[in-house]
Amino acid sequence: MIEATVQSNRQATGLKNGKATPMPVIDVQDVTKIYKMGDIEVPALRGVTLQIYPGELVAIMGPSGSGKSTLMNILGCLDQPTSGTYKLDGVDVEKLNDNQLAEIRNRKIGFVFQSFNLLRRTSAIDNVEQPLIYAGVKARERHERARAALESVGLGNRLKHHSNELSGGQQQRVAIARALVTNPAIILADEPTGNLDSKSGAEIMCIFQRLNMEQGNTVIFVTHDPRIAAHTRRIIRISDGRIVGDEPVDDPVIACPDEPLPVM
Amino acid sequence: MNMDVVEAVKLALRTLGANRLRAFLTMIGISIGIGAVIALLAIGSGVQQYINDQFTSSGTNLLGIVPGRIQRGPGGGQNTFAPSSFLTMGDYRAVVAGTSNVEAHAADFTSVGNFAYESRTSQVQVSGVTPSFSRVRNWRAISGRFVEEADNNSRARVVVLGQTVVNDLFPEEDPLGKQVKINGLPFRVIGVMESKGSSFLGDQDAIAFVPLSTAQERLFQRQAQARTGERVLSTIYLQATSDAARPQIEATARDILRERHRLGPDDADDFSIISQTELLNTFGAVTSVLTLFLGAIAAISLLVGGIGIMNIMLVSVTERTREIGLRKAIGATPAAILGQFLIEAIVLSFIGGVFGIVLGVGIAFGVTRFVDFSAIVQPGAIILAVGFSVAVGLFFGIYPARRASKLNPIDALRFE
Repeated sequence: MIEATVQSNRQATGLKNGKATPMPVIDVQDVTKIYKMGDIEVPALRGVTLQIYPGELVAIMGPSGSGKSTLMNILGCLDQPTSGTYKLDGVDVEKLNDNQLAEIRNRKIGFVFQSFNLLRRTSAIDNVEQPLIYAGVKARERHERARAALESVGLGNRLKHHSNELSGGQQQRVAIARALVTNPAIILADEPTGNLDSKSGAEIMCIFQRLNMEQGNTVIFVTHDPRIAAHTRRIIRISDGRIVGDEPVDDPVIACPDEPLPVM
Repeated sequence: MNMDVVEAVKLALRTLGANRLRAFLTMIGISIGIGAVIALLAIGSGVQQYINDQFTSSGTNLLGIVPGRIQRGPGGGQNTFAPSSFLTMGDYRAVVAGTSNVEAHAADFTSVGNFAYESRTSQVQVSGVTPSFSRVRNWRAISGRFVEEADNNSRARVVVLGQTVVNDLFPEEDPLGKQVKINGLPFRVIGVMESKGSSFLGDQDAIAFVPLSTAQERLFQRQAQARTGERVLSTIYLQATSDAARPQIEATARDILRERHRLGPDDADDFSIISQTELLNTFGAVTSVLTLFLGAIAAISLLVGGIGIMNIMLVSVTERTREIGLRKAIGATPAAILGQFLIEAIVLSFIGGVFGIVLGVGIAFGVTRFVDFSAIVQPGAIILAVGFSVAVGLFFGIYPARRASKLNPIDALRFE
């Protein structure tokens, strides 16, 4: 059943699954971010240049205070750089107003948070439908796409469960489905396993790896956890507002067990 | 890009449904406000209709002349008796003789009498009347008969009882033919009046009728006598043949009475001529003012309800900061967030308003079950109430909704 869903999704995202296009999906040029605390200026990013190409599985690593959260906020179009340029999927982001940013977030970015951030007292499928509501998708199509997204993360038979009836791992799967459902250019995952036990964490990483490998989704982790970074194929290290390392991972850890992901 | 209204309403209903108790308690404020407005407007309309009916039921094209001057102020009529003003039998005869187009006329002298039958007593109004009183006031005896000319000529000690008096004195008997004592004098009951019910004037059935001459010369000898020794009257009734004839009759009667009372050109009238139309207008003005005033008081509770909505929406915005952050992250525009919270507030107050209408209509009809008139719920009042409740939600929802829409998504997502 999962295989079938994956197959159809692959067709839907066939463009991304093709050969890596020369255009980066994320193109950051000399971006700085300075926070003003009263009269004091606190630089969080001191000139970051970075490209990420479609289909990559990347970890942005750094200790707290390194500027990685600031970078994630800028990559996620939740914040705008003080200087420099940021092109997301070919769109110049730094000139956009609040409404245009909301639209970019809706169409091009899927967020996965450490604390899941599901709507309380709301069923899994309703949670997944939320971004499509803002995208103006009609109810029937919304429902179908949300169901497909939930099936692709192995929650096909938990559609009507409310978030408080799901385990942490299941909740994070719902969140991943919500991130996927709009077919975004990138998935931004902020410490996605931080609130999970190691077994659930491994399942979540497995899902991300499958999405990346089988469907060609671009996934960017923001983390301080080397074990997560070890599952990716490229690690970008950031410290003190600068990129201090950017190397491929030769032998990524495969989170998925040999047998297929259990359907829940 | 933006959520459509149907989605927003569904979302609002789901959000409110998730916190039913709170939503309910907030709605109560609006329901009470709207309910109070609806109930008071309905009762007010009922009263007005009732007054209208009362006046038309007590005879049409009727003029009443009473001693003293009724001064009109913004609040309605006030009776100020000039100390020596009387209407006498002579006045009555002169007015009747001097006016034309009068279809019927009557006169009464009214005071209070102590009734006794066996061990029961009752103190009610006693009117000495001419036989035509029944006709001009459109009020008949349902059993026995009313006062007749012969009774008047012979100063007969006969009485026609109002329904309340019958209930007081003859709970289990037929009063016809029985002897009652009024102020100690024996009277024979010759009739029972049809019930008029109670009105804004009080219980209209707490009355008994005796012949005018009997009242003036036997029952209330001292009260019913002017210093000149003439018999006096409480009211002279003139029934015009048509509404158009009324002003002329009024003017003629005024001239006759002013002359008879020897009033100079600068003196004010020492009597008052009241027409139904005038009374109707006066009472109408009073009830309108009263209804408006009560409605305004009720509207204050609506204001309080609105502040309750604002309060709960502000709490809700703070509580749901993370939700707002998340919604912004997944693509909600500021306008979509504003719309979501605004519609939530409007849905809340709208439902409250609908409950309020049910409550108000219930109260209005519940209260009027115990009185003689029924409440009138006008469609306009309902439309007004619904519109008002939506407006309250809109007005008091805007500030919290704006706050929600302006939240920075980064801070909102980090909010614990």
